[in-house]
Amino acid sequence: MNPRYFPLAATVAIFLLAYLVCYLQYPNMLSTRVIGNLLTDNAFLGIAAVGMTFVILSGGIDLSVGAVIAFTGVFLAVLLQSTAIHPLAAFGLALVITTAFGALMGAIIHHLQMPPFIVTLAGMFLARGMAFVLSIDSIPIRHPFYATLKGLYYKLPGGGRITLIGGLMLAVFAAGMLIAHRTRFGANVYALGGDIATAQLMGVPVGRTTVAIYALSGFLAGLAGIVFSLYTSAGYSLATVGVELDAIAAVVIGGTLLTGGSGFVAGTLVGLLIQGLIQTYITFDGSLSSWWTKILIGLLLFAFILLQKGLIHISDRRRRAAATVPAAS
Amino acid sequence: MQSDNPLVLAATGIDKSFPGAKALDQVDFSLRRGEVHALLGENGAGKSTLVKCLTGAYRRNAGRIVLDGVEVDPRDTLEAQNLGIGTVYQEVNLLPNLTVAENLFLGRQPRRFGLVDTREMNRRARVLLAQYDLDIDVAAGLSGYSVAVQQVVAIARAVDLSGKVLILDEPTASLDAHEVAMLFRIVRRLRDRGLGIVFITHFLEQVYEIADRITVLRNGRLVGTQEAAGLSRRDLIAMMLGRELADAADDAHGRAAAGAGEVRFRFRNYGRSGRIRPFDLDVRAGEVVGVAGLLGSGRTETAEILFGAERADSGTAEAGGRRLDLSSPRAAIREKFGFCPEDRKVDGIVGDLSVRENIALALQARRGWARPLGRAEQDRLADHYIKALDIRTTDREKPIRLLSGGNQQKVILARWLATNPDFLILDEPTRGIDVGAHAEIIRLIESLCENGMSLIVISSELEELVAYSSRVIVLRDRAHVAELSGERVTTAAIVEAIAATERAQA
Repeated sequence: MNPRYFPLAATVAIFLLAYLVCYLQYPNMLSTRVIGNLLTDNAFLGIAAVGMTFVILSGGIDLSVGAVIAFTGVFLAVLLQSTAIHPLAAFGLALVITTAFGALMGAIIHHLQMPPFIVTLAGMFLARGMAFVLSIDSIPIRHPFYATLKGLYYKLPGGGRITLIGGLMLAVFAAGMLIAHRTRFGANVYALGGDIATAQLMGVPVGRTTVAIYALSGFLAGLAGIVFSLYTSAGYSLATVGVELDAIAAVVIGGTLLTGGSGFVAGTLVGLLIQGLIQTYITFDGSLSSWWTKILIGLLLFAFILLQKGLIHISDRRRRAAATVPAAS
Repeated sequence: MQSDNPLVLAATGIDKSFPGAKALDQVDFSLRRGEVHALLGENGAGKSTLVKCLTGAYRRNAGRIVLDGVEVDPRDTLEAQNLGIGTVYQEVNLLPNLTVAENLFLGRQPRRFGLVDTREMNRRARVLLAQYDLDIDVAAGLSGYSVAVQQVVAIARAVDLSGKVLILDEPTASLDAHEVAMLFRIVRRLRDRGLGIVFITHFLEQVYEIADRITVLRNGRLVGTQEAAGLSRRDLIAMMLGRELADAADDAHGRAAAGAGEVRFRFRNYGRSGRIRPFDLDVRAGEVVGVAGLLGSGRTETAEILFGAERADSGTAEAGGRRLDLSSPRAAIREKFGFCPEDRKVDGIVGDLSVRENIALALQARRGWARPLGRAEQDRLADHYIKALDIRTTDREKPIRLLSGGNQQKVILARWLATNPDFLILDEPTRGIDVGAHAEIIRLIESLCENGMSLIVISSELEELVAYSSRVIVLRDRAHVAELSGERVTTAAIVEAIAATERAQA
């Protein structure tokens, strides 16, 4: 097998193994109901994680995601509470703002040659601060259109439901895979993650691509914010603290190299489902503290970082072996 | 011969300066259609700078570039590529994390319904590589293939994109003989298709194997352009190392055999496989041993192995009957060794630290972190050497990167002198510094050796080497091939020794 599929294969194997363990203990977990809930409960995180996958594939990081989700939620709640605007128009407005916000961060990263970590950290504080400026209270959303949207679902055999937001997440993943693997933009993202200087020499429009990557992440964070507001029917500026870190965890557990250039959008979906599965298991168990989710995810992350280090080590050694043979002969 | 072929590229009067140094001075270079033109010169001669000016990676200060009869002025490598000038570097400039096909078609992937048509892209990649007799899985990651294959992929991409001029910058540096033969087959085929090919290398036998014409640069100046067939190896080496053989007779001497003293350091069968073949070396107290050879002959490798930067895997090192531990630079420093590396910007200076801190560095390293060097002591050291070596700096707290090249070199020398070494290795101590500083460094070397220090000096400036060395070791193909001493230390003899082994190889 091609070594670059190892991390993805490891992720899928861990997911199947984990599901098997869960199933043996709680046979009920293998039902469309649980799967449907898994998708619905993690929809906003999954959508944000798709954006994060692109950012990490390009060798960057986006720490503003959680704050942008919270901002979007508060923005929608305030807008729907104080004006008569239709939610769809509000959604569009929110997406325009968050996309522009991401594009701005990308432009700063490229033009000022600043590390993404610092720029998006600033973005995180800014977005969170803007959410507080709009409102410090949790504002409920009681618009009838919300109820309509929440009532939309596709019924699976066995009683499970693919809700609108769960389905939206799957659609975003499908679109993400298409963009990553079947467009020139996608190839450019991988090229940037491989080596920016080389990519530039090979004619990749580095600036445009960087801006587009962070704009995409901003757009998807905005979309995740809309989904989160549908999910909770409220906007609260203290919500989704640390979600960017969960998204990064999903990406890394999904087999994407944190240094960029290697990984798959599909892997992120599996990484997300592993996180969701651990949570579901703890819910089923009932006696375990929910902090076990964090502990297990922490351990998994360690395991994957070790796996990545190991793979890099192996491929380095292989390359060095190939390089020293001629020198010795 | 292709001598009647029209010019595809003509550069005249190219000037390029960097702050504090003139990298290219009125260099002319011309390339005919369907020729392989070797561009030769030692490190720092200006080969890469010239190539970078042609490909737009650098902006030249003056001069004209005419491509196919039209004056061009590429602002970056992309523009040069679109004009028809493609470049392949020694370090393959492709993306190892992408597939072979993606590397070939990045930015111009065939599309269907707006999406990349991977199957069509792979098909075209196979067709393209078939022209180079390369039948590989184009959908596999590039990193899985050998450097030679990556090199061919890089050439295929460059030719496909540009198609008039192909610049190969040391493409064979990490290839074995078989791979070089494959590469040369491809180069010949491209030449026959009418491409102008610039070939940069330091392997002279390869130059004679493939080049039609040869241009030699030295110290940023054009030495000359000649037909390869009419140029002897001896003359070529003399052109590269900067010595007209005609007036070689009068430069005789070498330092008087001051080396009558005891042998202080004794290396036997010392070497490391793949880096430098085992050699014997004796160094006396108060002696300068020069090391000469072309680029890539193993000069720097010799220095690194003596200092423990590369660990020897055979042989012994002794001083006064005692075995020396040279397993790492730290161990070597403990044995009172010192080493000023070739590329001081990368390996030597710590740019943001002050002159004082840079001087104290090696001494502190030898004392270990538990016994810090007091500030007063550091100040005393710094002031002493700034005065003794005439380091020109406004004060000792100035960051070293703000100093000129020659003064940086003196600070590094001071760093090692502060450790009071018995054995000092200098790799190209006069590279990239102005003429005045040259003379000072040479005076310094001579006075150090009068004080009883043992020195090994590596230099491609033969006249300099001859001036201060009592013996000269000649290297070739990563082996010590000759040792000249006393009367025989002349530039002519060194050139002869390098060329002789060249002939033996050919």
